[in-house]
Amino acid sequence: MSAITFALSTDASSASSQARELARCVRIHVLRMTSRAGAAHIGSAFSCADILAVLYSGVLRVRCADSRWPSRDRFVLSKGHAGSALYAVLAECGFFPIERLQTFYEDGSQLCGHVSHQGIPGVEVSTGSLGHGLSIGAGMALAARLQGSSHRMFTLLSDGECDEGSTWEPALFAGHHGLDNLVAIIDFNKIQSLAPVADTLALEPLAAKWSSFGWAVREVDGHDHGALARLLHAIPFEPGKPSCLIAHTVKGKGVSFMENTVLWHYRVARGVEFEQALAELETSA
Amino acid sequence: MRDAFIRGLTELAARDPAILLLTGDLGYGVLTDFAHRFPGQFVNVGIAEQNMTGLAAGLALEGRTVFTYSIGNFPTLRCLEQIRNDICYHQANVKIVSVGCGMSYGALGISHHATEDVSIVRALPNVTVVSPCDRWEAAEATHALANRHGPALLRLDKSFAPETDTPGELFRIGKARTVRQGRHVTLIATGGILGEALIAASILETASIECRVISMHTIKPLDISTVIAAASESGGIVTIEEHTVEGGLGGAVAENLLESDARPGFFLRIGLRSGFSTVAGSQQFLRHLHGLDGPAIAQSVRNCLAGTPLQYVARACA
Repeated sequence: MSAITFALSTDASSASSQARELARCVRIHVLRMTSRAGAAHIGSAFSCADILAVLYSGVLRVRCADSRWPSRDRFVLSKGHAGSALYAVLAECGFFPIERLQTFYEDGSQLCGHVSHQGIPGVEVSTGSLGHGLSIGAGMALAARLQGSSHRMFTLLSDGECDEGSTWEPALFAGHHGLDNLVAIIDFNKIQSLAPVADTLALEPLAAKWSSFGWAVREVDGHDHGALARLLHAIPFEPGKPSCLIAHTVKGKGVSFMENTVLWHYRVARGVEFEQALAELETSA
Repeated sequence: MRDAFIRGLTELAARDPAILLLTGDLGYGVLTDFAHRFPGQFVNVGIAEQNMTGLAAGLALEGRTVFTYSIGNFPTLRCLEQIRNDICYHQANVKIVSVGCGMSYGALGISHHATEDVSIVRALPNVTVVSPCDRWEAAEATHALANRHGPALLRLDKSFAPETDTPGELFRIGKARTVRQGRHVTLIATGGILGEALIAASILETASIECRVISMHTIKPLDISTVIAAASESGGIVTIEEHTVEGGLGGAVAENLLESDARPGFFLRIGLRSGFSTVAGSQQFLRHLHGLDGPAIAQSVRNCLAGTPLQYVARACA
């Protein structure tokens, strides 16, 4: 794996272009990681790459050299199957050496396909079974409120994850308790494991659902770094309410033949497909 | 035992503001005083056990000592994966308190019988499983678990044995208590049904069969040295639980004995063998129905000893 260097700047004005470049680096890492490993979920990792890049380009208050800094913002990747993208972001931001990404999925590696916190600086909690992350995030948000801390809790959910009843239990709880230090970002890429969301269990009107649960909801193009950053810097959207950001995304975003297909939930890019995908990502602006 | 628990937790919460109690909308009249006294340390999360358990994990990862409270299978089986992934894998400091275990709520039907949870929860890594036999053990276990970092299940049933503690006795998680001495047979019980074991021991005493009775309040980690000692010092081992015999206390004792050099003269698991209990009944009625009351336990022990002269059993123990 060739080293891709990404220097995290504190200059807010260039955050958007930083995020764009970080997302591009992350996609290249994810392509290489999943191809080498024969691992699935590249489409899910690509759909949230821009969201992760924006979060780690100045939204999240975190310190890569002090990953357990008590005042850090907490981030929970509830859609743990996009672990490759989170690992890539964390490595690019300096939480652990980029070379370590090469061990993804390998025998004996701690970089499991679904996110694991064991031995991985920057990973707050382990996920992989859908519908767990928001409850944990709500618990952390409640703890922060009880101790009067000002750090925030960000969670990133998949749309398919909204099938789980255990997503709606904490949604109800956070709304009732007005946890305005809690953010749920939905990576709404419209495709789940076997079929489009709309053909499986329709979620629309999704914004109205979260709103009716007591959340302040905003919708955004989940690949527009500037728009994502503007909204994520405006947390809470409304005082006294948890914030839900529905990010409209494209599954497989970034590689033409992967976009908007069910196939690339599980398919692994090899040979010509790998080369073409890499070429597209390397030449993308 | 439930009241002993909440008294213990009240003492703990008064001293330690990190203690937090979450309930899944149960505990009417039981948790009321706690809720009034410690409003900042109590949350009724609603009837949502998966969320309660995930919340508890998140709170615990932020430094809280969290007790989750509900009845029967609701705080365990209903949210088993949250216990496994969110609590156990993260070694989160969460104590799951289940009241009304076994067939405490017998008349309510099988939804309210917690009769497989020990087998299932003890299979999870990093968790301590405690099932006290009396109010003293329940209070002691509450304190001990609060002071022991990590995941735990505290099972409390409605019945309780007569107080078994001796003045000044120390309670330790993972250390079984011998509450009655005897050399012919060892009865190892967990939970309130230890009271039935003591009744059985008294019945058997009238036939000159001397029973050692052990309270195995901690099922995980199991006090294997006490089990091995009992296997070599008495004529046979009988495990007693108001729970399926598959994988519970009896399973844990059997697994560990087979891996040791100790060979009990005989071994019997007393517990539920006939699947679900499909009829309504009080805890006592259902114990009788399923052969779990004192007289039935005594008869099962006699059956094991049938044909074995007591002199032989005693010699084997010597």
